[in-house]
Amino acid sequence: MKCRVCRGPALIDIKRHNANFCAEHFLRYCRQQVERAIHDFSMASPGERLLVAVSGGKDSLAVWDLLVELGYRADGLYVGLGIGDYSDTSGEHVRRFAAERDLNLTEIDLRERYDFDIPTAAAVTKRVPCSACGLSKRHVFDEAARSGDYDAVVTGHNLDDEAAVLYGNVLRWQTDYLGRQRPMLEARNGFPRKIKPLVRLTERETAAYCVIRGIDYLVEECPMAAGNKHIGYKEALNDIERRSPGTKADFYFGFLRRAVDRFVDPPPEHDDTDAATADAGATGERLDLRQLGACEQCGAPASDSICAFCRLTDRVAGTEPVPVELVRSRR
Amino acid sequence: MKVLLRNPRREIELRGPISVTRLLNQLELNRESVLVIRDATLVPGDAMLDDSDEIEIRPVISGGQEFSGGPA
Repeated sequence: MKCRVCRGPALIDIKRHNANFCAEHFLRYCRQQVERAIHDFSMASPGERLLVAVSGGKDSLAVWDLLVELGYRADGLYVGLGIGDYSDTSGEHVRRFAAERDLNLTEIDLRERYDFDIPTAAAVTKRVPCSACGLSKRHVFDEAARSGDYDAVVTGHNLDDEAAVLYGNVLRWQTDYLGRQRPMLEARNGFPRKIKPLVRLTERETAAYCVIRGIDYLVEECPMAAGNKHIGYKEALNDIERRSPGTKADFYFGFLRRAVDRFVDPPPEHDDTDAATADAGATGERLDLRQLGACEQCGAPASDSICAFCRLTDRVAGTEPVPVELVRSRR
Repeated sequence: MKVLLRNPRREIELRGPISVTRLLNQLELNRESVLVIRDATLVPGDAMLDDSDEIEIRPVISGGQEFSGGPA
């Protein structure tokens, strides 16, 4: 197997591009894909301040590394979720990464700041852990971006993430979500711009990038995410991809080219819609996303008098901590 | 050869020589979902693995988006 660029020994093949690369040219390929995504979707401009949401996993550390390599001013934000040993270890990976590269890292621990953690929130609300986790992280990231005067929040979503979310939304015709599934969401109504520079790379490629760059990321999966629907969608898409390379990219980018504009992007609480809709499903209430004001408790943009995160906090803060093992056994 | 598998972490012994592609087929693993690593270096699909090799088959699928918008 030879590198498409230099004809030297290749380390990795990328079937959807019918290409093999050596280490040097694979890294160049990754940088080019990120540059192209940033350019094509108007994600960021040189000189802007970016806040990277880092978890210690391959994608968030890869995107932080790539942005710094490309010359962007990118700081990291790590949220301590309180998921037992998993959170302890993920925090160590993030701290080591930042220290070795002399990068700015902010840490916010849910238990210290808000007096709850994700296993406890999942147990008390009887919601799946990923729901409380996503809601909490979005709130903390948005608040940190506002208070830190950052131009955009960066997440490590890759092509597999986006294709799997699209797949799940299409299977259930979640049309409210389809209109907002874009690699870049403009800042509006107090929410910061959100960008996903890895959308042109698969997670196999982001993992390979980390191995080649010597990035020591957390390989173990979150114990609370094991077996969720999202992973099942990814496995299904990878089965298709194996038989027909390029399908994932065609599916997602074809959607962006031909279909996304046909769906209404729900205004304007775009970062709270997951939580709002999840809440609505759980409680039977219907939240009006068009009426946006400020949360009476935290001041964040909200479609109700109290934002979804503060409602969660009111319900779970101060309750007896629930060990992650007990929550997992209920799944 | 020693083969380290993850999620859950476990180790198995297999006989070589065998190509990476054939090994993954034998283990019924989708090459889209894993990387094969030897001595901290990626191993391409056409590379041969010997009895003396110690390799890691690292899954690359991660998840946590039970709902439709997505996490970090």
